[in-house]
Amino acid sequence: MIAEAGHYALVLALALALIQSTVPILGARWHDPALMNVARSTALAQLLFVGGSFAALVTLHVTSDFSVVNVFENSHSLKPLIYKITGVWGNHEGSMLLWVSILALFGGLVAAFGNNLPLSLRAHVLAVQAWIASAFYLFILITSNPFLRIANPPIEGRDLNPVLQDIGLAVHPPMLYLGYVGFSISFSFAVAALLEGRIDAAWARWVRPWTLLAWIFLTLGIAMGSYWAYYELGWGGWWFWDPVENASLMPWLAGTALLHSAVVMEKRNALKVWTILLSILTFSLSLLGTFLVRSGVLTSVHAFATDPTRGVFILLILCIFIGGSLSLYAWRASALKQGGLFAPISREGALVLNNLFLTTACATVFIGTLYPLALEVITGDKISVGAPFFNLTFAPLFVPLMIAVPFGPLLAWKRGDLLGAAQRLVAAGVVALIAIALLWAWTLGGSTLAPLAIGLAVFVIAGALSDLAERTGLFRLPFGTTLRRARGLPRSSWGTVFAHAGVGVALIGIVCETTWNTEYIGSMKPHDTAHVAGYALTLDGVRQQQGPNFREMIAQFTVSLGGERLSVMTPSKRNFTTRGSTTTEAALLTRGASQLYISLGETAADGEVAVRIYHKPMVLLIWFGPVLMAFGGMLSLSDRRLRVGAPKPARAPRQLQPAE
Amino acid sequence: MTLWFVFALMTAAAIFAVLWPLGRGGQPRNDASEATVYKDQLVEIDRDLAAGLIGAPEAEAARVEISRRLLAAVDHRREPPTASSLRLRRSAALIALVGLPILSVAFYLPLGSPRLADFPLAARIHAPDATQPLDNLVAQVEAHLEKNPTDGRGWNVLAPVLVRLGRYDDAVRAYHNSITYNGDSADRRADLGEAMAGAAGGVVTSEAKAEFERAVALDADEVKARYFLGVVAEQDGRGADAASIWNAMLAKAPPDAPWRPLIQAALVRVGGAAAPALPDGAMAAAKDMSEADRGAMIHTMVDRLASRLKQNGDDVEGWLRLVRAYMVMGDRDKARGAQADARQAVANDAERLRQLNEGLKNLGLDG
Repeated sequence: MIAEAGHYALVLALALALIQSTVPILGARWHDPALMNVARSTALAQLLFVGGSFAALVTLHVTSDFSVVNVFENSHSLKPLIYKITGVWGNHEGSMLLWVSILALFGGLVAAFGNNLPLSLRAHVLAVQAWIASAFYLFILITSNPFLRIANPPIEGRDLNPVLQDIGLAVHPPMLYLGYVGFSISFSFAVAALLEGRIDAAWARWVRPWTLLAWIFLTLGIAMGSYWAYYELGWGGWWFWDPVENASLMPWLAGTALLHSAVVMEKRNALKVWTILLSILTFSLSLLGTFLVRSGVLTSVHAFATDPTRGVFILLILCIFIGGSLSLYAWRASALKQGGLFAPISREGALVLNNLFLTTACATVFIGTLYPLALEVITGDKISVGAPFFNLTFAPLFVPLMIAVPFGPLLAWKRGDLLGAAQRLVAAGVVALIAIALLWAWTLGGSTLAPLAIGLAVFVIAGALSDLAERTGLFRLPFGTTLRRARGLPRSSWGTVFAHAGVGVALIGIVCETTWNTEYIGSMKPHDTAHVAGYALTLDGVRQQQGPNFREMIAQFTVSLGGERLSVMTPSKRNFTTRGSTTTEAALLTRGASQLYISLGETAADGEVAVRIYHKPMVLLIWFGPVLMAFGGMLSLSDRRLRVGAPKPARAPRQLQPAE
Repeated sequence: MTLWFVFALMTAAAIFAVLWPLGRGGQPRNDASEATVYKDQLVEIDRDLAAGLIGAPEAEAARVEISRRLLAAVDHRREPPTASSLRLRRSAALIALVGLPILSVAFYLPLGSPRLADFPLAARIHAPDATQPLDNLVAQVEAHLEKNPTDGRGWNVLAPVLVRLGRYDDAVRAYHNSITYNGDSADRRADLGEAMAGAAGGVVTSEAKAEFERAVALDADEVKARYFLGVVAEQDGRGADAASIWNAMLAKAPPDAPWRPLIQAALVRVGGAAAPALPDGAMAAAKDMSEADRGAMIHTMVDRLASRLKQNGDDVEGWLRLVRAYMVMGDRDKARGAQADARQAVANDAERLRQLNEGLKNLGLDG
């Protein structure tokens, strides 16, 4: 009964979404408050039913009800409870159900907390949200239904892909989906503004928290996915420019641009039309990501199953929503009121620059990801666009952006003083130069670019801190005053500092890891010792162990530094009988922000084990940076105050100067 | 019945969600508007000024700007929602009351399986399904062994059951484990070889042969292993060798051995010497069938197999059995013909073709 009730709840959610997508719009057209209010209650009811449907699927997975095809194909009665739950979205059907559940969650949140929205705007937003939801409910019910049954249930399931049997699956997909789907709200707001034909600073005020929330989750989701790939796939890389990774990076870049342009719009009533376009593009890229991953166009860990009908269906959804919204934009954008003006050198100008670089970077990734696919479709040639392409195009775009980051917050609104900002950044520049000089001296004869890149990162961090010092009057005013001002500083300003510093921190990690990474790859017999970056790793022995649904070969290494015994590391290889596949479980030893990484390869007949040992200096900073960014985002989100950008007044008309 | 009741309740709740705002008549509340935001922003400027975050001139400039926007916003206000029209509300309510249930049922009925109850694993294990009690037991034992793989007795119990269920590959693994944890013995080796032969579709592969030889090395009188070594010889076309192995077995066997009839039938197959005098009733029963009858029966069976394969040629094991049958019957031409037919039938499937070729090689019929 649970299975069928869950199935029926999903159907009811579709019916409610269809009502929600039409009745409120008609109500707004005819100025009927009762019809407009239908949006709110149906959005909440939809959330209730999808939530129930999702809970039903989780229950079915937990109780190992193999009469449900989805459970039979992706679960196993011996799987630990946590993986029974996470396995719900470790497959195509379940992950799509999670997707729409989160969509309904965001719709429900707008319905529940959107009291401060004008009635007709809320009706439009929720109706657009329901269009997306209806499309995806239909997709799930018709092509990827998780509630299909088997009349004679098999006794045992086929188990979840072992690579996914990891705690990462509990965190990464939900976070990423919260990010992807969260941008649907700004999309709905943008389309609603176009439908209504009006947009104003108030609009940006209502959109900002949703965009910020989505951005925070997307940031954390991408970082988590990268860390997961790093420790689970067993080759120590954290970013492969894999099309699926790019699919998540593109909405992130566009979303970051959106976040900044929405600030300009809220504070200064400028860049409105551009912000609308970015909202549409960001969600379109999220949909594109869903298409790339779910259609089976790409094969990777993420593509659980490939089925051409699904691909065609998602492509259809993609065309309707992206094409439709962009046509609407082309048609209505000219009707929107243009916003305020500003000088090129100003905070607004800096944010436009930021937007330019971010969108260009996004376009680069877009081309690098889709060009090979398009080429394969048209000519049948398979080419691969990998790291070299992205390093050559992405890095030159990011260097000027990083140089500009510290300047932005120091410029005044409307008309800024570049020279003044530069003067205030002298300290940061000096710190960066010292860092470069020190690194050069220390790594004499090593990489030339690495110290420069780290200097740039230090400049970004120091720049963020100088902004803070400037605002609180540190070193200029008495310490007590500084402290008081620091306390009085809006949390959104603190958020900016943390987020910008996070970018610098991540950059340091990236540069250190790629430049000074040392590795040992070879075969080891018991009692052999490998030397990596000053550490001595001795293989003590190999033993077998039985896990809940796998057999495990564990190697034990003793790590010592300078003759002193530090710790024991136990990488392993797991063999999953049901799927007949193996996974490598890398062992990590964290020393400060650096890590030692061991992963096992094949075992030879004479007991020799192939091992890869890496020393990755400062590698943790790669993920600490995004966490810092997300923390900054949360600080800003918690700041419920209104954002006002006080413009720098034009110089007063020249008065008579007193004679000296 | 409960299920339909639950469905009805859920549908009612969904309809209620649509009807509720319609029923409240939508009295216009104080509508949030753009002007509110600008007024709040003005207050915010005063606060920032008091906190010393912005200077007085900036605050003044911001105030001027926002006031300008505020004025524009008041001029440009959204039309306030009018009172709700009863006609519109009624038609919306009608959509909810009629459209929603019809749509839901129309979608659910072709997709759902309302007749199927839930089958959570716990319930199925405790109350085994009457139709598959053996499967359940096997699954329980397998689950137990998955957790305690060193339980040799468990493997011993499980392995023959797996052979009976036709899960030969699993059985091979189970016998391997049994040998690992219970120790080596002639009968286990022989059973392992038999499971391997089963996995190869009844053909004694070189791997299986090695197991039988090991078994005979451990115990020269191991009946099963010796019988299969005879089969190996027969397979290779060495009928005389097979007959001598089997005759030796019969000579040594106690008169009441239950496997006597089997060996005798095998001897007949290779055209070996007739059995010595049969003192036993069981043997007499086996002899009831005359030579001609037995031959006719085998022929009908082979013909039936051949015609089945003509209709459905996917069955690699079936083809192998047919080829072997023709060879055993001494009809090499027909065997060659069946071999060609088999190749043609599975030509489109690389995997099957590989299996077939391997099987044929084992039969000594390659090329």
